[in-house]
Amino acid sequence: MSHATPGAPGRVYLDNGGRAPWHPLARQAFEQALADGWADPRRLHAEGRRAARLLDGAREAVAAVLGARTEEVHFTPSHTASLQMAVASGAAARRRAGTAIVTSAVERAAVLHAAGHAAGAAGAGVPSPVQVDRLGRVDVDAMIGAVRAPGVALAALQHANGEVGTVQPVEAVHEAARAAGVPLLVDAGASVGHMVVPQTWDLLAADPADWGGPAGVGVLAVRQRVRTARVGPEDEDPWAPGGVSVPLAFAAAVALQAVEADRAVQEARRRALVERVRAEAARIPDVEVVGDPARRLPHVATFSFLYVDGEALVTELDRHGFSVGSGSACTASTLEPSHVLAAMGVLTHGNVRIALDRTTIADEIDRFCAVLPDAVAQVRKMLGVGGL
Amino acid sequence: MVSCVSHTLVDARGLRCPLPVIRLAAAARGLPAGTVLTVLSTDPAAKLDVPAWCRMRGHEHVETREHRADGSAGGAGRAGEETSWNGWAVKVRLG
Repeated sequence: MSHATPGAPGRVYLDNGGRAPWHPLARQAFEQALADGWADPRRLHAEGRRAARLLDGAREAVAAVLGARTEEVHFTPSHTASLQMAVASGAAARRRAGTAIVTSAVERAAVLHAAGHAAGAAGAGVPSPVQVDRLGRVDVDAMIGAVRAPGVALAALQHANGEVGTVQPVEAVHEAARAAGVPLLVDAGASVGHMVVPQTWDLLAADPADWGGPAGVGVLAVRQRVRTARVGPEDEDPWAPGGVSVPLAFAAAVALQAVEADRAVQEARRRALVERVRAEAARIPDVEVVGDPARRLPHVATFSFLYVDGEALVTELDRHGFSVGSGSACTASTLEPSHVLAAMGVLTHGNVRIALDRTTIADEIDRFCAVLPDAVAQVRKMLGVGGL
Repeated sequence: MVSCVSHTLVDARGLRCPLPVIRLAAAARGLPAGTVLTVLSTDPAAKLDVPAWCRMRGHEHVETREHRADGSAGGAGRAGEETSWNGWAVKVRLG
């Protein structure tokens, strides 16, 4: 079994947000769990019990990292499913307290859509998310005010934004939410495994595919004091109807333990590289380096170049061997620009987003910084924008 | 793409980002400070990116009006101008 990072030789993969290569120990754990934990953990025979032990161990390991109790941690089919179920279930359980769902404007689409759907199902109006500033920071006074208003069922605030890196003040919002008796859902899908995640949450969603674990499994932690309602199909496991894949859950947990073991070192190392990229990008003419410069994810950098076609820039960088993401409209299947960039009021065209993996090395970032100015210039030349 | 009706109207309808901003910048080149330009666009990114362009280049974003083919949110249309399009009219004042 090869542990090499996937991809062709010479290529540099910088699009690791939400889908990073598997940690080598996750691959080993997956193989082990395929051999020992293939059976349905809900069955009573020896094979089922063995799978159940692996699953319990996985929950325990994840709980220890999140600062939760083992029984508070659930595996789900995906991060998107975690968010959708958390909003739907959390809101349904508090129908008598209220129907409003408070969100920030930069939550993931799964949260915003689920909030709109839940509010619609409860006969409430479409919720209007709390706005963010140009750095992507939520208006904390407005969010606290919204949480304290009567009739609120649930509030949702991400820990950090995976597109622009900005970290949100979840501690302050949680304090206000707790005082108001409103549960707070924290989407920590972009931060768990990369930086310390505060324990100020009532429901927390985390994404194994983002920390070097497998896709096809998600994590949702729900504090015991929080009431939830069943929203999915009738099943023994309401959070993963049909059952959890034990090998995927086990691999996810082992990957999390592995990345937590040297997280501080990796965080400092990648933070230094990201600061370098942001500084180098800022030297290119007519650029907006996006996101909070200080309170941010250690491994994500985003910038928008004026008079640049995002799709053309992604393609030009790909031609040079660099895989990057983009929030520009022309790179999205919907042809709409990223709602995060839109909410921040920053330039949406010519957008490039990179997310560094633990395997990303300084030399690769040096080469990226060397290529970026020429790639931008090349796209501008194709568009004939000299002198603008 | 500068309209013959007025040199301050930039018709970027049907163009995708970043072309509306590029057409606007090209039309603005050499014009004195205080000149008002309106760019018409059917691309949703333009209503975000024209104000961002203003901020980055020291111009003023005056207003953005939505234009509906059915006239429901009209206001961007002018006398003699075709009305069968959905998009935005973004007005800027050069700094």
